Order: sequence, then C-alpha cells, then structure tokens
Amino acid sequence: MNRLYQWFDERVSLSAFIEFIKHKEVPKHRHSVWYYFGGVTLFLFIVQVFSGILLLFYYRPGADTAFESIKFLMTKVQFGWLIRSIHSWSANLMILAAFIHMFSVYLTKAYRKPREITWITGMLLFFMALAFGFSGYLLPWNELAFFATKVGTDIAGSVPLIGKPLLVLLRGGDNVTGATLSRFFGFHVALFPAIFTVLLGIHLFLVQIQGMSTPLNPKEDKKYDSMPFFPNFVLRDLLLWLIVLNILAVLAVFFPWELGVKADLFASAPAGISPEWYFLFMFQVLKMLPSHVWFIEGEVLGIVLFGIAGALWTVVPFLDKKSSRGQQSRFFTYVGIFAIIFIIVFTIVGWLAS
Amino acid sequence: MDNQSSPNGTKRDFLKYALSGGILAWLAAIFYPILAYLNPPKVTGAQVTSVKVGKIGDFENDSGTIFRFGNQPGILIKTKDGEFKAFSATCTHLDCTVQYRQDMGLIWCACHNGRYDLSGRNIAGPPPRPLEAYNVIIKNDEILVTKS
Repeated sequence: MNRLYQWFDERVSLSAFIEFIKHKEVPKHRHSVWYYFGGVTLFLFIVQVFSGILLLFYYRPGADTAFESIKFLMTKVQFGWLIRSIHSWSANLMILAAFIHMFSVYLTKAYRKPREITWITGMLLFFMALAFGFSGYLLPWNELAFFATKVGTDIAGSVPLIGKPLLVLLRGGDNVTGATLSRFFGFHVALFPAIFTVLLGIHLFLVQIQGMSTPLNPKEDKKYDSMPFFPNFVLRDLLLWLIVLNILAVLAVFFPWELGVKADLFASAPAGISPEWYFLFMFQVLKMLPSHVWFIEGEVLGIVLFGIAGALWTVVPFLDKKSSRGQQSRFFTYVGIFAIIFIIVFTIVGWLAS
Repeated sequence: MDNQSSPNGTKRDFLKYALSGGILAWLAAIFYPILAYLNPPKVTGAQVTSVKVGKIGDFENDSGTIFRFGNQPGILIKTKDGEFKAFSATCTHLDCTVQYRQDMGLIWCACHNGRYDLSGRNIAGPPPRPLEAYNVIIKNDEILVTKS
C-alpha cells in the first residue's frame, strides 16, 4: 500500500493534495447550514447522471418510439419504473436544492469579490439545470410535454431579433414534431452534459481554491471558528447525502412519476395543463398579463422583463459594489427577499389556479 | 514612393490584415457549415389549401372538432343554430391547440386561459390576435374547409 502510494506520489504529487485537504477548514457560524446545499445539488446531479445513463439503455428517441419505449421501460423492465421515477424526482429535488443554494449565496452576499466568477458559473449552471429540465420533459413524448415544448419554444421565438431562427434551431423546423424530439434528445444527453461538466468543474475548482465565504460582518471584524474539512465536514456532508437519498427513494417509490397520454399533434391542449413547478411562477405571470400593454404584446413584455431580471441577477456581483467593499448592502437584500416572495406567491397562485 | 518611407509599417499592416482576415475566414469556414447544418431543410410538402372534414351529419350542434389542415390543426365548430365555422386551432398567444367549450359557448385555450368568440376574435386573456378564419363550403352534404 505504501509502495503504491509512493509510486503515485512520485508521478502526480499526491502529498500536495493531501496537504491541501489537511489544511482545508470550513468556518462555523449561524449561517453554516447553507454551506450544505451546494453539495446536495451536486449529489443530486450525480444521481441524475447515473439514472440517466440507465434510462438510455432502453429509451428510443423518435415520435413513434419514445412514448412506447418509456411505457415498455415502466411496465416490462424490472425496476424500470423506479429508475425513471428516481430520475424525475431527483431532477426536481436538484432544482429545488439549486434554488436554495442560489438564494442562500445571494442573501449572505457570498458572490462579492473575489467570488464573482463562482457566482456567474453558478448562475450558468442554474440556467443549464432549467434547460436540462425543459429538454428532458419532452423526451417521453406525452401530451403535457408536447404542449409545454410548444409554449416554451414559442416563448424563445418571441425574443426580439433572434427569435425566429432560434425557434427553428430549437424545433428543427417550424413546428414541434419528431425533429424537435431528436434535437432535444441531443441537447439533453450530449450537448448540455458537456457544457454542464465544464462549468461545474470551474465552479468546484474555484470553491476549492477560494474556500468558503463567510457572512458579511462589517461591525465586528471577528474571526470565525472553523472545523476541518476532512473528516468533520465531509462526514456531515455524506450523512446529509444519505438522508437526501432516502427522501428521494421514498418519493420515487410512493409517488411514482406518471407517464400520461401520448402526444397527439392534432388534439386540443388538455384543461388544467401547467408546466413543472419551477416554471410555474413565470407561467402564471404570462397568463395574467393582458394581450397588450401599451403597444407591446403582453407576452413579449413579460419575456423581456424576465430576461432582463435574470441577466441583472447574474451580474449582481458587479452591481453590488458596497458588499465588495465589505459594507452592508441592504438594497440588494431587499431585492433578494422580494424575488423570493415574488416566486413563492406566483407559484402558489399558479398552483391554485391549475 | 510613400511606401518606401515606412516599408516596415506597411508590411506589418499587410501581414496584420492578411493574418486576421485569414483567421476570420478560417472561423467562418468552420462555423458556417455548422450553423447551416443546424438549420433544417424546408420540407416541401404539397401546399394544402382545402381539406374535406366530414359529412354534415357527423357533427352535432354546439360542438367543436379538431381536424388536420396540412400539418396544422384546425377547428370546425357547429354552432347551436347549426352553422359551421372553421379556424386555425393554433392559439395566437403561445402556439397551444384551442378547443370548443360548450359551457362557455366559446373557443378556449387551456394553456393560458385565452378566449375567442365564435368569430375567432380574441376577447379575453392573453391572445394578441384573432384566430385565422377558414372558409367552410358545403357541397352535397360534404364539408370542405378552404384557406384563401
């Protein structure tokens, strides 16, 4: 064992890595609990990769085969229903964990200098996660997915200037058809994982070299207590991952994900149709906007406003100059709280309405 | 003559433009085929301008039926008075397929609660434009929907 270690150490300098891990510390304070949510998101992503690979062994993309292959998977393949249910539930929990991670980082102003790049890569990962959700949703080729994709790609189509080519690029034509399914399959299992992995690598690398951010505390310049990353924090992390895995298993087994009705290109949208919960607040706002506000189509206005809000949110480290100087920036705290309340309120309204 | 006064400058400029032009052309040679590849070819199906939907007797009063108009959905409505009307069934808001609601006596879109009256006019909710109207021609008991 020792010789094996030496063999590797002489070639890849294991001791430097071990030195790094030995000295890595995690600060302890009353907001430390939020440190765990990034790790939970990562864990659920790993679950997604594994369950996704398993699904690939049976899934057959194509308008005539996709729905049938998932039906086969769920009814004939041993534990097929479980793997699919885990993939769907884990996707939802991952987005929930990412939401919590994002807002906790935002409210503790952990995006401030020198962690701007970590925040931006984190936001890009978050958008990628939503794109994963949107593209994966279509793959079973059921009725809900078909209309969700029509609406979602139509929204992309109403982006000023690049809308139309973007819509054709996404749909593989003017309409949502089997061509769209082929493209979304490519996005979901090849393009997005490739981009996501690179971004995730940068994000995690930065977190490692910069260490954990501590809450802004301009009045008392106190040094926080800390615990060793290994084994103390790692063990806590692993325990939480185990708990999350158990929650996931309970949800997947007792609330198995439905397959629904096969998409019919010539059927009306069913009553009570609504998107996944993480798009629900935007859906609800779009639903409530009138057809025209002033001279702009309500839908275009809504999309442009959400786009601007998302862009501003992504570059917040550069807007919030105060927190980078180590001062409190109450304005940005209020903006964050407003965003949380806005999302929760419109999600509930959308949920009640459907 | 001017060239001789600063031969290095012009030579360098020439190299700069040639090189940067070359790089741009090289990038274009890579990205143009990729972008063109991603743009799907237009499938040139026969342009459908009329479609037979069925016989008068197939439809009840106060009902709506989705039918295929080429590769797009259309909706045929038979009003309470037995009058036939046909529209594109694609909601002008975000592309969902609309349906006839007996209880409302309206055309309704389930996705975002858009409403159209029986002339296809957008009367409530987010749709920005009326539904495209088609012509209904009745020939020997047969219903023909046409697009002008």
